[in-house]
Amino acid sequence: MASYSVLAVAAILFTLGLIGVLTRRNVIFILISVEVMLNAAGLAFVAAGARWGQPDGQVMFLFILAMAASEVSVGLALVMQVYHQHKTLDVTRLNVLKDDIDIQEIKVQ
Amino acid sequence: MNYLFYISSVVAIVATIMVITRYHPVHALLYLVVSFLAVSMIFLSLGAPFVAILEIILYAGAIIVLFIFVVMMLNIGSEAAAQEKQWIKTQTWAGPTILTAILLAELLVLMIRGDSTTITDQSVPIKQISFSLYKEYIIAVELVGFLLMAGIVGAAHIGRHKKRYLHRFLREKEERESVKL
Repeated sequence: MASYSVLAVAAILFTLGLIGVLTRRNVIFILISVEVMLNAAGLAFVAAGARWGQPDGQVMFLFILAMAASEVSVGLALVMQVYHQHKTLDVTRLNVLKDDIDIQEIKVQ
Repeated sequence: MNYLFYISSVVAIVATIMVITRYHPVHALLYLVVSFLAVSMIFLSLGAPFVAILEIILYAGAIIVLFIFVVMMLNIGSEAAAQEKQWIKTQTWAGPTILTAILLAELLVLMIRGDSTTITDQSVPIKQISFSLYKEYIIAVELVGFLLMAGIVGAAHIGRHKKRYLHRFLREKEERESVKL
């Protein structure tokens, strides 16, 4: 098995996650795509570790796993809070920090 | 083992394509589980059984359950799927998809034309991983502990629904306005 085929699979998965982040407008789908990207990065680490027969790749995968778990817990808490306050999951509607808009208009929406 | 790797990688890619094109969140999560299982099979064929098990337990078990809980609590169903259908228009997704496909083609050409040394199928023993984890990477393990602690505290703090408290003058004013409306 050639090492570049594993890395190619990791690259394809990462690109699919990137397409998901760039094209979806729902916050939950963006978080799912970020998970796919992190998983692809971990796959590349494990492939590199297996290529050289060293444990470092798998250790790095453990760290990526812990990072993904804490990221998704905080992200989903933010999603809940956003849905509670704005009643929408559309990221283009979350423009309260944007300049030059009337605050009254947001409250009416 | 070679054809197993190719089959599972095709499954992973197809499942991930289905994940990013679904309208219903729960369908996307089901495909995501399939994708994680296929990636775990790839880990197994790379000679990393420990990581394969962790992938199933933590990704396909814990993280997916978190997502499903949030989808359940937000109570978004068929109307959300209809909304997603409206949101995804061809001119929205075509541009980024073409650009990232070009990037992917560049990456693939670099990998295929590069040094094509094959993977030696020596598997790294779990004992070696744990020695490495608690010798060289001990500080990183402690930092991951901090990170998880911060994640728990942050999620508990952000996820709490705060009661909106108004001073009684403001409350009277709001009541008057609501009566006027």
